[in-house]
Amino acid sequence: MAVKSADFGLDTYKFGFHDDIKPVYKSPKGLSAEVVREISRQKDEPEWMLEFRLESLRQFESKPMPTWGADLSRIDFDDIYYYIRPQDRQARSWEDVPDDIKNTFDRLGIPEAERKFLAGVGAQYDSEVVYHSIREDLEREGVVFLDMDSGLREHPEIVREYFGTIIPNGDNKFAALNSAVWSGGSFVYVPAGVKVEVPLQAYFRINAENMGQFERTLIVVEPGAYVHYVEGCTAPIYATDSLHSAVVEIIVKEGARCRYTTIQNWSTDVFNLVTKRAVAYRDATMEWIDGNLGSKVTMKYPSVYLMEPGAHGEVLSIAFASQGQHQDAGAKMVHAAPNTSSIITSKSISRAGGRAGYRGHVSVLPGAERSKSNVVCDALLFDDESRSDTYPYMDIEESNTAVQHEATVSKIGEQQLFYLMSRGLTEEQAMAMVVSGFIEPIVRELPMEYAVEMNRLIELQMEGSIG
Amino acid sequence: MHNGSGADALVIDGLHVSVDGMPILKGIDLQVPKGEVHALMGPNGSGKSTLANTLMGHPAFEVTGGSVTFKGQDMLELETDERARLGMFMAFQYPSEITGVRVSNFLRMALNAQREDEISAMEFRRLMMEKMRLLRMDPKFAGRYLNEGFSGGEKKRNEILQMAVLQPELAILDETDSGLDIDALRIVADGVNTLRSADMATLVITHYQRLLNYIVPDVVHVLIDGRIARTGGKELALELDESGYEAMTAAQEA
Repeated sequence: MAVKSADFGLDTYKFGFHDDIKPVYKSPKGLSAEVVREISRQKDEPEWMLEFRLESLRQFESKPMPTWGADLSRIDFDDIYYYIRPQDRQARSWEDVPDDIKNTFDRLGIPEAERKFLAGVGAQYDSEVVYHSIREDLEREGVVFLDMDSGLREHPEIVREYFGTIIPNGDNKFAALNSAVWSGGSFVYVPAGVKVEVPLQAYFRINAENMGQFERTLIVVEPGAYVHYVEGCTAPIYATDSLHSAVVEIIVKEGARCRYTTIQNWSTDVFNLVTKRAVAYRDATMEWIDGNLGSKVTMKYPSVYLMEPGAHGEVLSIAFASQGQHQDAGAKMVHAAPNTSSIITSKSISRAGGRAGYRGHVSVLPGAERSKSNVVCDALLFDDESRSDTYPYMDIEESNTAVQHEATVSKIGEQQLFYLMSRGLTEEQAMAMVVSGFIEPIVRELPMEYAVEMNRLIELQMEGSIG
Repeated sequence: MHNGSGADALVIDGLHVSVDGMPILKGIDLQVPKGEVHALMGPNGSGKSTLANTLMGHPAFEVTGGSVTFKGQDMLELETDERARLGMFMAFQYPSEITGVRVSNFLRMALNAQREDEISAMEFRRLMMEKMRLLRMDPKFAGRYLNEGFSGGEKKRNEILQMAVLQPELAILDETDSGLDIDALRIVADGVNTLRSADMATLVITHYQRLLNYIVPDVVHVLIDGRIARTGGKELALELDESGYEAMTAAQEA
């Protein structure tokens, strides 16, 4: 009965295994201009990109660590591999992927997922995308779905026009870091009027220990077009920490719509510090569906800049923190034009001493009249050891607007559990049911396969939760 | 085979229960054999709901003495869900609201929890629809969130729907008549009567005799101040209706 396609995680953490693979190239540990130059050289990049990287490195070095949000003091930038190239060249056919890597992705269910329902698949392993494909009919319509490096080679004019314009390299310390050492990620271009009805999926896998993965994604949706991009993430469990710091830039043009779904299930030794931002033009819609279940620490606040009248932004965020996890998730909406609207729905769940929260920023700029924003953040707590935080910032510089914010915190009740258990559900099943119901308003927005998977992940998070 | 007080009956023996250290049940002896419907009546605060919740294993109720066996097994050893999987069911006086969980999904999970193998989606749907017709429920009901925004009558009907789908061997109805108008009461009672069988023991807990006009009990027990004050046939309920609990309390104290 269960749809097994988009397999993001089974067992308690099924994807904690790793491969003993010998990479083709591995940079020395630590960050320097030499490492940045070497990455660029290996990729045979144009000069402007090397300059961009070196400038970004300077930005990174000049910026202090953020002192708000989660505790990042354990990150040792000198103890990280910034670039690991697992194979010589990217495969277009699944058979050409090296066996070890292929086995990993088979265990993750990637080719299976592709056969079943996806319009295109990308798979990144450490620093490089090892496999990429797109349905031929979409390719004929001009849809581009490539890894970012190939995008830069094959569509230099588009990349140069937009790359780093939505998230400048000095935006924040981790965006600067990504801009200096980025590798992999996706480049998506959807021509005007083309509607990609089934999702494109990218799968990100960290394999190596002390790895830094810095994928970079750019999505351009031309007027009247539509695309749904889905990403999933896993990593092995090591004794030491890994760093994942992505940058995602999205341009949604007039009347277009883009939906970006993340199901983040990193192992609990990954620092996940990601900058995601979209700009939406006249009557365009940008939707972020952001599910954060894994990682040690996540700091991520997908944002939408509503640039022209009629633009609409939406963030649906789920943050689930268990023991030792801190999910500092949220959203940001900037109303920069009249008649723009935004909705933020955040559901955070904390159990076993985990800490999850919502950090949001709604800003209405002068002149953005008749703008509307609605923020709802609900927190569900399992016990007294766990923690939930809500930081809703608002900057309203225009009087003729309607901005609403509601927040609720609830605790799973003894009576609810008793009721469900009186029907034969175990305590774990009963808790999972309460959580599934809690996040249902978001999960129902997911395609069927992902909704099934999300609920299974919730059940897994619940395993062993009974003391 | 085992019609009567065989090993399959619910047997309560000298049961003492406290809540927050305060004794509520003070030595209950009660047997409900399969195939029979027993009514437990009593004034407010006599311990009726305490008994129901204790039988189902609510953690807030502390058993300080006595025993409860069902199908020959010690119930007090078992968790709530284990009791349920053994065939025990309680229709709640105040069912909990579970947002985001649809009635149909919940029912299917509950049924699967009690079965060896999963019921197919088709078979389940057929079963659920059949039981909903029995209780004269709108099919749209299946898609609503569990008890969320339900009227009092809808909540009670939903409890009986669960009972109909799960087909327990021991059903405890805790004040199922409270908050029901006469039409709803009749529908709920019809549902329960349809489910009556030689394989099910039923304990109907109620404050009022009214419900027992529709669900006619084999035996009536009267609970007063944590003890069974009297046990008799269905006429006992009528007697209570006329003379009230006070007369009985007075008689007990005399």
